[in-house]
This record gives sequence, structure tokens and C-alpha cells, in this order.
Amino acid sequence: MPLTGIEIFKSLPKTNCGECGVPTCLAFAMNLATGKAELSACPYISDEAKAKLEESSAPPIRPVIIGVGDRALKVGGETVMFRHEKRFENHPGFAILISDTMEESEVDSRLDRCKQLQYQRVGLTLRPELVAIKDDSGDAAKFEDLVNKVKQSNQCNIILMSSNPDILAAGLKVCADQKPLLYPADKNNLDRLADLAKANSCPVAVKASTLEELTQLTAKLTESGVKDIVLDSGARTVRQAFEDQIIIRSAALNKKSHSLGFPTIVFPCEMTNDPIKETVIASVFVAKYGGIIVLSDFQGHSLFPLLVERLNLYTDPQRPLATTEGIYEIGGPDENSPVLITSNFSLTYFIVSGEIEASKVPTYLLIKDTEGLSVMTSWAAGKFVADTIAPFVKKCGITDMVKHHKLIIPGYAAAESGGLEEELPGWQILVGPREGTHIPAYLKAWKP
Amino acid sequence: MALEIPKTSYSGKIREIRLGKGDKSITVGGETAYPFYLFEGGIPNLPKIAMEVYDSPPEEWPEAALEPFAGVTDDPVAWAKKCINDYGAEIICLQLISTDPNGLDRGADEAAEVVKRVADAIDIPLIVWGCSNEEKDTEVLRKVSEVCQGKNLIIGPVGEGDHKKIGASAIGYHHTVIASTPIDVNLAKQLNILLGNLGVPDDSLIMDTTVSSIGYGIEYCYSVMERARMAGLTQQDEKLQFPVICNIGKEVWKAKEVKIAEKEDPKLGDARKRGILMEAISAMILLLAGADVLIMRHPEAIKLVQEMIAELTAE
Repeated sequence: MPLTGIEIFKSLPKTNCGECGVPTCLAFAMNLATGKAELSACPYISDEAKAKLEESSAPPIRPVIIGVGDRALKVGGETVMFRHEKRFENHPGFAILISDTMEESEVDSRLDRCKQLQYQRVGLTLRPELVAIKDDSGDAAKFEDLVNKVKQSNQCNIILMSSNPDILAAGLKVCADQKPLLYPADKNNLDRLADLAKANSCPVAVKASTLEELTQLTAKLTESGVKDIVLDSGARTVRQAFEDQIIIRSAALNKKSHSLGFPTIVFPCEMTNDPIKETVIASVFVAKYGGIIVLSDFQGHSLFPLLVERLNLYTDPQRPLATTEGIYEIGGPDENSPVLITSNFSLTYFIVSGEIEASKVPTYLLIKDTEGLSVMTSWAAGKFVADTIAPFVKKCGITDMVKHHKLIIPGYAAAESGGLEEELPGWQILVGPREGTHIPAYLKAWKP
Repeated sequence: MALEIPKTSYSGKIREIRLGKGDKSITVGGETAYPFYLFEGGIPNLPKIAMEVYDSPPEEWPEAALEPFAGVTDDPVAWAKKCINDYGAEIICLQLISTDPNGLDRGADEAAEVVKRVADAIDIPLIVWGCSNEEKDTEVLRKVSEVCQGKNLIIGPVGEGDHKKIGASAIGYHHTVIASTPIDVNLAKQLNILLGNLGVPDDSLIMDTTVSSIGYGIEYCYSVMERARMAGLTQQDEKLQFPVICNIGKEVWKAKEVKIAEKEDPKLGDARKRGILMEAISAMILLLAGADVLIMRHPEAIKLVQEMIAELTAE
């Protein structure tokens, strides 16, 4: 539970020195409570008070970063059980398993898929972010070679997997600068893994056989000074792993369990031998609280649906996804093709462009920036009206692309047709269907 | 320090409703906890999957979706029987696509006659889904109610605009009503109240809060379903304590991403597997949000989801 401004104020020096940038300690406390200030801005706070405040202001689920640079993956940091309560913060990472006993050609093709399987959607690049390198050979030199190969050829973040700490150390020799995740620390090797993690400033994943044991192990790791921890409850049945994810999330958020306040790692790849079923299992953990999801392989037909599902569920419910303003050419339109205009709410765009494609009528689709609002909402808010649509139509360049000057507006914006004819001299405004499903019939009947 | 397992405090229960008639009727609903939260409460009736049958041959389906039904797509009775005999369907959903005024615009009598033939040929529950045009659905579904009197069909979509006429005939001829609203928990509640006021019994109503595929706004549907379930189970909102039905198959298989051939875009992989997975994943996350009945298309997607239901409830 975050402290209130007054509670924070009690721990401050109360000297009102003003060096933090605001005139009084009370004002500073209020800023701290709302996240507008950093505790480090106060030069006089006692170490004791600092420790106390830092602990209470720590997020209930610690954000953990795997990797370095732009492509580093941040997981954890979640604050709610249900996305409509606020939002899900950091989407889970997908990892592909690569073993040091795999044929070299198989390793190469997997690394290649990691790079190739990226998709553009609503202006975002959807891609997997992790390679889990597994020691199956028991040979440190072999493992080290593979880690080196992954590091050289790939831009993904790394998970080092071995039950033997010496082999993990061999892998770390090559890629410690990449801040890989070490897996697993268990009851037999906890101290050794803690030392490796601290020496290399790497996150470490704890594996237990029960949730009870998991809390004990993370408590020990925390005591020894390791901060960045990922949790594996050890469950390898769908039901148990599902329940563990829920209990871990809820214990951290609702019971303030510090020892479970970390992101998780799940292994659909160890729950079935069927890659298709594995994908559906993974989809459960995208929705229900997986932090890192380790898959046996990446294939386009399974990775793409998972990436889209993840994009959807991790969309901020308060900030709808928007599509870029502009002219979208669908099906190779020419100077006699119809011109439609709609809002830039991404869902509107997907539905309208999908229906246009289904109609097989080549069409220009104009997307007007409505700040991500749908047609009706943006019309009501004055963002999709004659005054804003007309300047966009004039400057977007469509005038020179078609011979006819007929603009089809959404049925729900019919009230703007008069205003648009005034604002767009020379254009004829046609009122199209209200619902996307009626677009194909409308377009098929359309004549320039 | 012993681990304290957190528990949600539930104060409500989803109503149980019976679909269909006789030995093969199916009860859904009855949950006392969030979907598959078995450590917190019960799921007396597992979610069920209905298989789609169309009343006219589908035109825009990708090959992967047509192949399992080769030879029967022009005969709804044969199609329904194939679903039962070859794919083990427990519920059939007859989609009355032919009645759409923007399409074939088939009349009410003819459509109802097809429904009657299918209803007479099968002994499992039958869902009858109209074309979502309120005027036309009113005409067609009232006729369907009449000619299938007493069969306890599950008919819809019934929206605010057509709820009185369709609702009244469903009450009169003893069918279950699908209360359909556009992705809004308050509208869903309001329609349930209206139907209740009209006289639709609480055990003859199932909600459709509207669904879409992954990639097409499923997050909105997901959150509305979660909110409805939360209100019903933890906030004693009796008017949201109804089971939920999701007509998801047709949404997924109309998405452009299930139609793109692998050679057109190799990064999307095998088109057939991709379509099956998009349907299975869409259905799976709707189950996690509270679906009690899923209407699905591809037998392999259905099998995957059934296996997941079994795994999530395994002893």
C-alpha cells in the first residue's frame, strides 16, 4: 500500500529548506505520494527514513529487466488483477527454446525465425523477445559455444538454462554484458546462483516445487541481496500453473506478499508435446499473468496469433490504439475508385479496411486523425466534423488521385454532409452505410 | 512465514439454465467463482461448445474452414448430422444467414421451415441465430418460435429494438432468449431488466455481450465480460447473473488474417493452422472472461478448446 503524503511527511526532516525544488517538506511529501518527485531530491533525509520510504513505495510486483538497450524486456510492475481496473503494464515476453544438443542447422533456422518473425500492426512492431538457451549436453564448452552463437547472430534477450551452476557460469562468461536471466535457482544451488547473479548484475529465476517453497527461496535470495527475481512455481500441468499464476498475482497485490512480488516464468513447452496445443496453453498465460512464456519453437502460424492476442490484452483500456492519419490504398485503386473516409480508432480502421478488402472493390480509404476516437464519439466531440475533415481532405492529396470528386462519409456522420459540401467546393458528399458489414454491398453498387 | 492463499469473496452465483429438451438437454451456468478459479469455488457445469451450421452455402469461407464440411454445406440437416456424428457436437447453432435483407433475403416462412427440419432431425439443443437486422429478425424468429413450439430452442440475437416482439413469442412458445447488446455492461444489464419485465423467466435467458476475434477488438469484449461476471459474482448484481454465449467462430473466420495464403505472406505460416489457432485462442480467452457457451466453426479448434477445458479442470 503506498503511503499518503502525510505519512511520508512524518519521515521528512521538516526543515522546509527548499533544496528539493519545492518550498516546504509538506509539498515535497505530497509530490512524492503522487509520484511527481523522487526521494533522492531531498539531501537531508536520514538513511533510516529513506530505507523505510523506499520499501513502502516499492511497487507490489517488481519490474524486472532482462537484457540491455532498446530491445531489453521489462516484465512485472503489474498493479491490477483485471485490465479494466487500470491496465496491464508490461506485456509478457515470448522465448524460443534452443538446446545445445540441437543440430547446428536447427539452431540456425531458429535464430533466423527469431529475426524474421516480426509483424507491423497499428504502427507497432510485434516481435518475440527472448531466446532460452538450454544445457542438455552437460558440457560447459558446448553451452558456451551456443551462447556465443546466439549472442553474435541475434538481437533477442537471453535466458541461460542449466541445473549446473558451473555451466551457467560458463555461459555468463560470454554474455554477462547482455544481462541474461539465469534459470533456475533452486534449493540446492541458491547461494551459488545468488553469487552469480550479484557478481554479474543479472536477474535470476527461482524454481520451487510448491508456492510455499517458492516464498522461502525468494525470501532467502532477497536477504542475500538479489533484487531482480523471476518466479517459477514448478507447476507443469495447465491447471496447477494457471492457479499458481493467479495466486502469485493476488498474493502480491492483495496480501502484500513481498516474497511473491515478482514476475513469473511459465513453460507451455513442458506441458504438452503438441505445438498447436502448446500455443493455446500459452494464450492462457498471456491473459492470466505469465511474465515470460517459454515456447518449444516459433512458427508464424502460432506466434502471430499470440502476438496479436498480447497486443490486444495489453492495450491500455483508457487509451485506444490509433492508426496513422493518411490515405490507405486497398486492392490497388485507380483514378475511378471510390474514396471513403473514417476515424483513426484502430478498431474502426481494421473493420472498415477488412470490409473493403472483402468487397474486392479497389478503394481509397482516408483515415482522419480523431485522437483514437470512434466515428460517433469523435463526431460528438467535434473531432470528426466538416471543419476538421475538409482541411484534411484538401491537404492529404486525394484530389489529384481521383477524377471524380465524390467522398463517402460514414452513415453515423451523415449530419456533416451539408457542412462538407460547403467546405469542400467541387466535392460531392455521399453518405455511406452506418455499419461496416454493409460496406461491401455499398461499394459493389458504387459508380464514379 | 506461511503462505496465505488469497481468496476472492464471492456473494453471488450465475444462474443455471437448461438448453434444449429431453435426455440430450444441457445445463450451463451455475458458477460460484471466476472462470476456472477452482481453488475458490465451483463450476458445476463446464462451458459447452456449439457447432455452426449455415442455412445457405457459405460463400466467403477460407478453404480450411470449408474442408471439414465438404459435401454437406448445401444441406443444413446433413450438415448438422455430420457435426453430431463425425465431430461429436453437443449443441448445434443454425446461423440464418440467408435471411439477411442485404443478401439472399429469404422469407420468414421458408427460413422457419429449414429450422423446423433441422430441429426435427436432431435431439441435441439447437441455437437459432438471426441475421442481426431487427425488423427481419422479428419476422423470422417469431415464425421460428411458432413452428418449433415447445422445443426450447435458444433464439437470438434479441436486442433492445426487437426484444418485445421476439421476447413475447419466445415466452409464448417456450424458448430461451439470447439477450444481445453492443459491448457495454450497462446496456447488457438494462436489456436483461427489460426482458425480465416482459416476462422472460430468469432460467430462459442467456447473454451475448458481443464478441470479436483477436486482432479485432477482443479486448473490449473480454473486459465487458469480466466486468459482467465480477458484478454478478461479487457485487450481487442479480441482473448480470446470467450465463454468457459467444458467437465467435464467424468473427474469426471473416478476419483477413485467416484468409492470407502462406505463399502470399510466408511470415504468417500455414494458413490452415493459423486459422484454427486464431479461432481456438479467441475462444480460449473468452472462456477465461466468462463464456458459458461458445459457438465455433472448425472441428480442430473445437477439439483444442475442449482439451483446454479438460486440462483446466483436471483433478
